[in-house]
Amino acid sequence: MVLGNYKAVCAARAADANIRNGAQDGGIVTAMFAYALEAGIIDGAIVAGPGEKPWQPEPTIATTVDELLAARGTKYNICPNMAMIKEATRSYGLDKIGIVGTPCQMQALRKAQLYPIGVRSVPDKIALAIGIFCMENFPYDGMKAIVEDHCNVPMQSLAKVDIGKGKFWAYTNRGAVTQIPLKETHKYEQPGCHVCLDYVANLADVSTGSVGSPDGWSTVFVRTAKGETIWGQAAKAGVFEVQDIGSVQPGLALVEKLANQKISGNQKYIEQRAGYGIGKTLNNPYI
Amino acid sequence: MGLGERLSKVFGSSQESKTPVNPTKVENSENKTKTEEKLVADKITIGHVHMSGCSGCVVSIADTFEGLFTLLDNYADLVYCLTLADVRDIPKMDVALVEGSVCINDHHSIEDIRKTRENATIVVALGGCASYGNITRFCRGGQWNQPGHEAFVPIGDLINVDVYLPGCAPTPEAIRNVCVMAYLLLKGNDDQKALATKYLEPLMKLPTLGTEACGCDLMTKIINHGLCMGCGTCCASCPVRAITMQSGKPNIERDMCIKCGACYTACPRSFISLELTAQFETILGAIDGAMNP
Ligand SMILES: Cc1cc2nc3c(=O)[nH]c(=O)nc-3n(C[C@H](O)[C@H](O)[C@H](O)COP(=O)(O)OP(=O)(O)OC[C@H]3O[C@@H](n4cnc5c(N)ncnc54)[C@H](O)[C@@H]3O)c2cc1C
Ligand code: SF4
Ligand code: SF4
Repeated sequence: MVLGNYKAVCAARAADANIRNGAQDGGIVTAMFAYALEAGIIDGAIVAGPGEKPWQPEPTIATTVDELLAARGTKYNICPNMAMIKEATRSYGLDKIGIVGTPCQMQALRKAQLYPIGVRSVPDKIALAIGIFCMENFPYDGMKAIVEDHCNVPMQSLAKVDIGKGKFWAYTNRGAVTQIPLKETHKYEQPGCHVCLDYVANLADVSTGSVGSPDGWSTVFVRTAKGETIWGQAAKAGVFEVQDIGSVQPGLALVEKLANQKISGNQKYIEQRAGYGIGKTLNNPYI
Repeated sequence: MGLGERLSKVFGSSQESKTPVNPTKVENSENKTKTEEKLVADKITIGHVHMSGCSGCVVSIADTFEGLFTLLDNYADLVYCLTLADVRDIPKMDVALVEGSVCINDHHSIEDIRKTRENATIVVALGGCASYGNITRFCRGGQWNQPGHEAFVPIGDLINVDVYLPGCAPTPEAIRNVCVMAYLLLKGNDDQKALATKYLEPLMKLPTLGTEACGCDLMTKIINHGLCMGCGTCCASCPVRAITMQSGKPNIERDMCIKCGACYTACPRSFISLELTAQFETILGAIDGAMNP
């Protein structure tokens, strides 16, 4: 159950090398939105576009492939994509919305569909929700402290950030690579992430991340009927190269291990929080 | 089989073939060759009680378009509604949807809200004013015709309320979802009742948490409790755009806030059932099936 409901799981990457270039992993998110946009499945997608400061994402409604391409890559800081969910239907007039987000954002999306408080005309217009795996996120200033003070890389020189193999990696535009132990970054994590009980975006139509697949490839869970249809059409159209998840290293076992680690760790923290007071308890969202 | 799945077996989901509620074969007398499936469900009775509100909530009920007819054809009889039904006195009913807060300077309003509580099995505070006072919190009287009407309280300050459905206005989709769930709670089988209870539980808990709401709840109940993760849902839910996202957290323009409570209720960190939400596909499919029998 830690991996959620899914109909299929595989290792995949975008067939288009152009999309893969500049994507975080296999370019799954960008390739799938680009296909859905051109096939008329979505009118646009809410993505993490470029913001004001270097590496600060801004929730952006992409209605062209160019805009999708400009939003490729993981920005390891908060991008409130759900903030645009009503704007997408209002100011942009989208009838078929695509949205990418972390597991917590997928939870927010599904809650908004089940209990549509204040999001008129939104719940029936979600055409494709792509979730990305997430262990934790950072506030912008937290990420900046890691990159500038720990990795000694100015934000404007940064080409890519990655977390993997127990390390935080910063790549510069000129090809230098810095790595620091992940544990140095923990204190910069967003506290709200520590009560999160989902690693692989269980509530998305399709969810994806790097863990489990070789470098340059992504692990993909196809979860809902909607996700299955669109993934199937895109695969048939040759948008993706696909491999059996059982045939790649490190495979699903690592995904499951990390999911268990995140969930049990955070569950422990939630229990711990419950004991902070005397005769009082802090709010707990889970019912 | 999960609850949602069983529910969809009865209601039919958008993906599967649609099976109506309690399908009964009805012979069409004029055309014996054609057999049509008709919905013969046990209906519930609902009423719309108009206190001091702007009619935005009742417009939202009507804004479900054909959905309203589906609801009235198959699931509910509208037994009271000043704008849509010709009944003067508040009758007995299963569900009262109350719009607006109560003006305590008007004895009719006091009588009406009391009568609503006495005559309705379930009282739903429909919208921000009934739940939390909303814009009527800012009334200072002096309006033409009744300048002395200046003190307005959410209905929960006078009677026990069973369900809050906040929002200014509450969305047609939320009304639809809650109506289908209320129907299941009252007329469904055991599994459907269990699902509806799970769904309605948090909306039934809101009245026990008080009658005050403000954008500040995001600070005092979510951010200060270490729960905010910056998704931005609160920002999208605010009807007056009082919320912007700053440094990955909501920033509330406190003078703009009308105290409707939408942001806090919408926030995934105010309440969420992971068990229920995991079944979102079947539940949404079932609601869709119920509305398109
Ligand atoms: C905070 C965070 C933590 C992550 N943790 C893990 C992890 O522990 N394990 C793992 O396997 N994968 C993790 N990922 C996912 C991984 O980094 C890639 O985003 C994912 O594999 C998709 O890559 P891609 O090549 O398919 O996507 P691309 O084609 O590169 O597209 C990525 C998409 O994600 C959007 N995006 C980028 N940053 C954000 C953001 N901050 N919030 C919302 N959307 C964003 C982009 O706009 C773009 O549309 C994390 C991602 C984020 C944002
Ligand atoms: S909806 Fe809740 S969790 Fe999301 S940004 Fe607003 S306060 Fe934070
Ligand atoms: S901030 Fe906006 S959504 Fe929240 S209570 Fe105020 S008006 Fe309502």
